[in-house]
Amino acid sequence: MATYQLNVNGQSKEVSVDPSTPLLWVLREELKMTGTKYGCGISACGACTVHVAGIATRSCVVPVSMIGDRPIVTIEGVGQDPVGQVVQNAWIEKDVVQCGYCQSGQIMSAVALLKATSKPTETNIEESMGGNLCRCATYVRIREAIKSASQQLT
Amino acid sequence: MRTALKVEKDRHLNRRSFLRVSAAAGGGLLVSLYLDLPASAEEANQAPPPKVYPPDAFVHLRPDGKIVIQVNRLEFGQGVQTALPMILADEMDADWSQVIPELAPAADVYKDPVFGIQMVGGSGSIAHSFQQYRELGAKTRAMLVAAAVDRWHVSPDQCRTEASVVYGPGGKSARYGELAKDAARKPVPEKVSLKHPSEFRLIGKQVRRLDSPAKCDGSQKFGLDLDLPKMKIAVVAHPPVFGGRVKSVDDKDARSIAGVRDVFEIPLVKGTGVAVVADKFWTAKQARDRLKIDWDLSGIEHADSSQLWARYKELARTTGNVAMARGDDKAMAQVPPAKRIVAEYEFPYLAHTPMEPLNTTIRFDGDAAEAWVPSQFQTLDQMAIAQELGLKPEQVTFHTEFAGGGFGRRAVIDSHVQREAALIAKRLRGTPVKLIWTREDDVRGGYYRPMHAHRVEIGIGADGMPSAWRHVIVGQSLVAGTPFAAMMIKNGVDNTVVEGAADTSYSIPNFHVSAHHPTVNVPVLWWRSVGSTHTAFVMETLVDELATRAKVDPIVYRRKLLKAEAKKLRNALDLMDEKSAAWRTKLPRGHALGIASHECFGTAVACAVDVSIENKRPRIHRATVALDCGIAVNPLTIESQFQAGLGFGLTQLMAKGAITLKDGRVEQRNFDGYAPPYMIDVPVNVDVHIVPSSEPPTGCGEPPVPVISPAVVNALARLTGRRYRTLPLANI
Repeated sequence: MATYQLNVNGQSKEVSVDPSTPLLWVLREELKMTGTKYGCGISACGACTVHVAGIATRSCVVPVSMIGDRPIVTIEGVGQDPVGQVVQNAWIEKDVVQCGYCQSGQIMSAVALLKATSKPTETNIEESMGGNLCRCATYVRIREAIKSASQQLT
Repeated sequence: MRTALKVEKDRHLNRRSFLRVSAAAGGGLLVSLYLDLPASAEEANQAPPPKVYPPDAFVHLRPDGKIVIQVNRLEFGQGVQTALPMILADEMDADWSQVIPELAPAADVYKDPVFGIQMVGGSGSIAHSFQQYRELGAKTRAMLVAAAVDRWHVSPDQCRTEASVVYGPGGKSARYGELAKDAARKPVPEKVSLKHPSEFRLIGKQVRRLDSPAKCDGSQKFGLDLDLPKMKIAVVAHPPVFGGRVKSVDDKDARSIAGVRDVFEIPLVKGTGVAVVADKFWTAKQARDRLKIDWDLSGIEHADSSQLWARYKELARTTGNVAMARGDDKAMAQVPPAKRIVAEYEFPYLAHTPMEPLNTTIRFDGDAAEAWVPSQFQTLDQMAIAQELGLKPEQVTFHTEFAGGGFGRRAVIDSHVQREAALIAKRLRGTPVKLIWTREDDVRGGYYRPMHAHRVEIGIGADGMPSAWRHVIVGQSLVAGTPFAAMMIKNGVDNTVVEGAADTSYSIPNFHVSAHHPTVNVPVLWWRSVGSTHTAFVMETLVDELATRAKVDPIVYRRKLLKAEAKKLRNALDLMDEKSAAWRTKLPRGHALGIASHECFGTAVACAVDVSIENKRPRIHRATVALDCGIAVNPLTIESQFQAGLGFGLTQLMAKGAITLKDGRVEQRNFDGYAPPYMIDVPVNVDVHIVPSSEPPTGCGEPPVPVISPAVVNALARLTGRRYRTLPLANI
């Protein structure tokens, strides 16, 4: 057991956990922030995607001990960001979700993409979203929502 | 599932059903529907048990005007949590912005009016509950009008309703919320007239999903997100071969981890396992990794894919139990060998792998229990939990949790996950326990779409059309040995294995389909679109091959081959033909067109795809889909279901789209070894077109799935000149 000070969505949080605990389970079980999802545990599906220091990160394979003071943004906090809000609204506008379980991760990946590249090409979208699995396969509408958000951002 | 669909019952509310109305606790109008249906074919033969009706309602109109509508099915992506309230609200003339849907708990009143158990399956949600929810809405509206009539001393035909307001003569109006208390004293009308489709305000309109905002900001709770005071987390170590048993377990290392509460052996549906209970998931998982288990794997079949293929192919060369025999069995002998096609197909086991791993939470209190389950089969899961806990089903309060996908994986006849959870909760009496199946448990845990081998011999007539067709299908039965067998197995043929082939919409004069159902030590299960996952692939690739040999356009050929009564398929083909014409005829170099069509669960679908080959994989540039599903309740959801359902259907074309076994052990563990489609693998664009219809609605959950894989390989065949009959699609 070790104690960590985490910066999550702009707030300071203290947790005492085994250092090997992945950030995903710290968020879900210690901080009760269940918007970040467990899908595979091996960074193969992207359901657990959060931003660590602005970078889309698979929280299921990052031990909490490696986070340090880098700020974490999750789906619960991404709407405070103007790009995050535009993306969330585009998702609702385009009626993207089906079961919805992967969509937290999809949105976090899309926000990271649009923050880096406000006018992404199809190839940019395919590369940035390429590791986010949607078992319902809502990809056509995810693509549309990203393009719609992109238009609103430029 | 398909067979169950065919069980003919009045789709109107059963005569033995009745409505009760009451003042709701906390005010307002509560309309409860009580259905008196047999729970299953088995129970129908027994004296009905005394029913205890819970105080649940379908409609709760609150004094503040909010309308809480109970949804009698699981929401797991198909959009029923929006569509069923739309149907009810339309007939009720409710203000849509005031509607709050809730997933109903397990209770008799929420059983599917056709299937007789509470469930989602067979694409039946809208098909079976359309009339039910319309009548509920119309009756609620009638009571509100009756209350206004009393208040104003006018006649009902002087009143009209719109957006939760009753309007009367002389400018009178009253909001539904104001009338709720008076309406609650009114009798429920026996009969109500329903709207003419031209009067629909919500049905047929593009309505956005009500669950969308919460699924975009992380606030939607799924079963796995449940958090209860003092809750513990459990994982189970399952045997490496199905049915294996624990010989001995050394749990010293596992127990040494802080936060581990208990380690114990439990019986499984097949074999035994070791449960680990801890305060947190990560602790439980680490502890499980440290268990040293000596398994007894003797006396059980060690299934092996390569051996199974040899056995299946051998079986496919012999006639099985006859599913369909039409015309002259000897017609093939008259066809010269040069005019025959012999085709052998292989389909591997497929896992469903819904995004939300399987889970169930249960608290056992001795004389009662509470369960939280993302379940497609509430009635069966509740019964299983009760059985393991020594309770009656009604002593188990059963909450339906939102599910992160399912595709059939949460509709398990033996309720094996719920049974594990119940046994663990029993030992931890008084403490809620959430059982989590990790992704590895899921991928390796069985309950797959079965392996299948098909062997088809076709004789081609002088007109280029098939004159004789002999078809043998080999695959495990989905329902043998279960209560569903009586209904779904006829003459030794499990209909779920042959559906989509034996009942083909193509007119083939001499037609013979038979099936073998080998017994294999691998648990199997329906996978979204069930038999059509493989039968549509076989039928549609062979019909395409026949069209190519006849040098006839694949759409024209299909039209010619369709039975006269296949109206829905003809409608879908015509609309697809029209909508894809512009791009179909102008494909870039290196691209090819692929066509497929198929009807299942009452909905007909036709699909055209534009495919090229990139990095030795099919690249699907676009798809045009047309469908006939009767009345389209929510065209926006239907568009989304079809766009995405095509993607789901591509699972079986993926290079890593197979579960294989070696010496009884599953060779894949997670999404690295079993890789469903990602964004790059699905069509870039999908345009969806719905045939206008006033026929009763049919399902849209499963029908999108079967058409895409045959359409894509039909396009590949044009590009490479090869036919693709072995899945997954490893080499092009």
